[in-house]
Amino acid sequence: MSTATLALGPIADVSLSRINPVAQLTAMAVVTLVLLTSLDVVTPAVVVAAELCLLPAAGLTRPHDLWRRTWPLLLGAGSVGVVNVLLARDADPLTGVGLALRVIGLALPGVLLVASTDPVRLADALTIHWRVSTRFAYGALAALRLAPLLVAEFEAVRLARRTRGVEAGRNPVARVRLLGGVTFTLLVGAVRRGSRLATAMDARGFDSGIPRSNARGSQLHRRDAWFVVGTAAICAAAVTLSVLTGHWSPIFVG
Amino acid sequence: MLRRGSPESRTLLPPALRVRLSGEGHPVRIVARGLGIRHASRRAWALTGVDLTVQPGERVLLTGASGAGKSTLLAALAGILDPESAEQVGGLTVDGVAPRAARGRLGMLAQDPDSQLVMTRAGDDVAFGLENAGLPAGEIWPRVDETLATVGFGYGRDRPTQALSGGEKQRLVLAGALARRPGLLLLDEPTAQLDPAGAVLVRSAVARSTADRRATVVVVDHDAEPWLPLVDRVLELVPGGLVEQPAGWRPPRRTAGLQLPSGADGPVLVTAAAAGFCYPGANRPALLPTDAELRGGRALAVTGPNGRGKSTLALLLAGLRAPTTGRVEAAAELAAGARRGAREPARWRAGDLVSRIGTVFQHPEQQFLTGRLRDELALGPLRSGTGSAAARATAEELLERLGLTAFAEANPYTLSGGQQRRLSVATVLATSPRVLVLDEPTFGQDAATWREVVTLLAEQRARGCAVVTVTHDRDLVEVLADAELAL
Repeated sequence: MSTATLALGPIADVSLSRINPVAQLTAMAVVTLVLLTSLDVVTPAVVVAAELCLLPAAGLTRPHDLWRRTWPLLLGAGSVGVVNVLLARDADPLTGVGLALRVIGLALPGVLLVASTDPVRLADALTIHWRVSTRFAYGALAALRLAPLLVAEFEAVRLARRTRGVEAGRNPVARVRLLGGVTFTLLVGAVRRGSRLATAMDARGFDSGIPRSNARGSQLHRRDAWFVVGTAAICAAAVTLSVLTGHWSPIFVG
Repeated sequence: MLRRGSPESRTLLPPALRVRLSGEGHPVRIVARGLGIRHASRRAWALTGVDLTVQPGERVLLTGASGAGKSTLLAALAGILDPESAEQVGGLTVDGVAPRAARGRLGMLAQDPDSQLVMTRAGDDVAFGLENAGLPAGEIWPRVDETLATVGFGYGRDRPTQALSGGEKQRLVLAGALARRPGLLLLDEPTAQLDPAGAVLVRSAVARSTADRRATVVVVDHDAEPWLPLVDRVLELVPGGLVEQPAGWRPPRRTAGLQLPSGADGPVLVTAAAAGFCYPGANRPALLPTDAELRGGRALAVTGPNGRGKSTLALLLAGLRAPTTGRVEAAAELAAGARRGAREPARWRAGDLVSRIGTVFQHPEQQFLTGRLRDELALGPLRSGTGSAAARATAEELLERLGLTAFAEANPYTLSGGQQRRLSVATVLATSPRVLVLDEPTFGQDAATWREVVTLLAEQRARGCAVVTVTHDRDLVEVLADAELAL
């Protein structure tokens, strides 16, 4: 089945991969904090512009790739903007644009992180620098590997049902019921596979109470600090510009 | 409990402790005396009266029919039997201690490669077990490279695990186990889900990587023959205990004395004309244009290496997918009565399909839909419009014929692998389709189930059915197939 495109594999190195995942996450927190507290249009516009400048560094230059990764986000942002303009009493299109930009500004860092960060490096960084439990980080990593298998299995189970004479046709109620049945079969399979995986990890000494070492390591460099500082500086510049142009409207003041 | 280890604290572990923790050292001795195990949910003992001594460094094959207790004994050896759900009598020790206490010395290779790999890159996956043992990073990579070479892994550390074939994945899992230098290596039917080429890869990797006798090796497999060249002893689990087979022992051939009814050449029922298939977005077709003809009373075997589209062809012939090039058409007599009189099986309603073409998937559990065997067998007839009483009668008759009457009220998921396979074939027979399409029907089956499935298929052929099997199983092709389509 065509799982190759879905399969979770190592991610090719791009220039943004040189920034440690925990530095990226810290920068993300800064951006989130600033965007969540400002309601104007200037602040998110500056932040989004800066984020767009990082797309090439995350290897997202081909329009096709970019569209594939961001269309749900753009759709969401667009509808947030439109709905707010339509439903607000003082319908100002600029407010709608501001809200849409905010959604994009909040979500793009996630797109950048996923495009540039190998899941294994992320788990390494989280366990080494932030002392996230190894049981959680590597357990989640192993589970993530199984996710693409579920997609392939979904199709197999749907076809298997047709062979038993079970099919929804055009009836929407039957479709929902069938989906429920297929999901249940998948869950049963996923639980079984999950427990086999747990046994296999166990047999290799996972979570056996010994402090775990890390073969790859995860180093913080000066560039990681600069990345966070740079993000904070851009956010500060965005807010300053917003205040100077008279658009600034923080969420916590009236 | 949250464990927080910093890189410094890891390197401060005393070296002696590290060695013990990473499971290095001598091969283990296994001793069982009068061992019996019973699962809490069952009345019968899964195994009884097992006496066994395995010397350090020996390579032993543990065989027996399905249901003989092989898996139970393996779980006991691995120390993963839950004392609350299994009752044990007699003794079992690994190097003088309970198996649970010797778990640090254990390496394991199970059936399904996808549920044993953890990391996305080959090298990281082998390193995983060494990291868990707290080995310092500097010692990990040399050992990863050494172990990958030992199992004959043909790629570098950076190879994505998803790009490996089943046999290569199993070699990698084996490397992950051996890197920890286990004293006991347990292999649980490690080739059961692989094609013949993959199985050869795994067995040769086991042979060369355990030749130094640094680990005691126990292979569990109902298919004994291929392991004979690399084990020192063969032990067979039989009701009431364990039998040591003499040197030079060979398992009876599963085809021996098999008398199958033959079929009479009947009309063409389904034709594939230059039928090919390409998944949307894929850059090469899953199946190149292929011709095939399914005749009543004839068995066709579809063979060939993995990746040629055997299973895809089965889906097309079974009316589960429409070909993207060429045509698949049913004969007028088979299509008669189907909605709109469509000749392409892929356009039939599911209810029309079940009474005309029956399909058995490789993994039987994907096809089970109800909570009881009796309901499972009645489902197909009900769906194809047979009355309730007639459907029940069909279900009872099939239960009887397959020797599953005792399990009529049981949940299909609780059956053994062999029983599930028989049930999945039976559910299809319940609607008496003229065409049967089966994907690897004999995969991983023990000799008894193999003979039953093959006999069942031959009976359907004698009834005038067209039988198509997608298979790697040469024995099956030899005894059943009237024609072979090699892709």
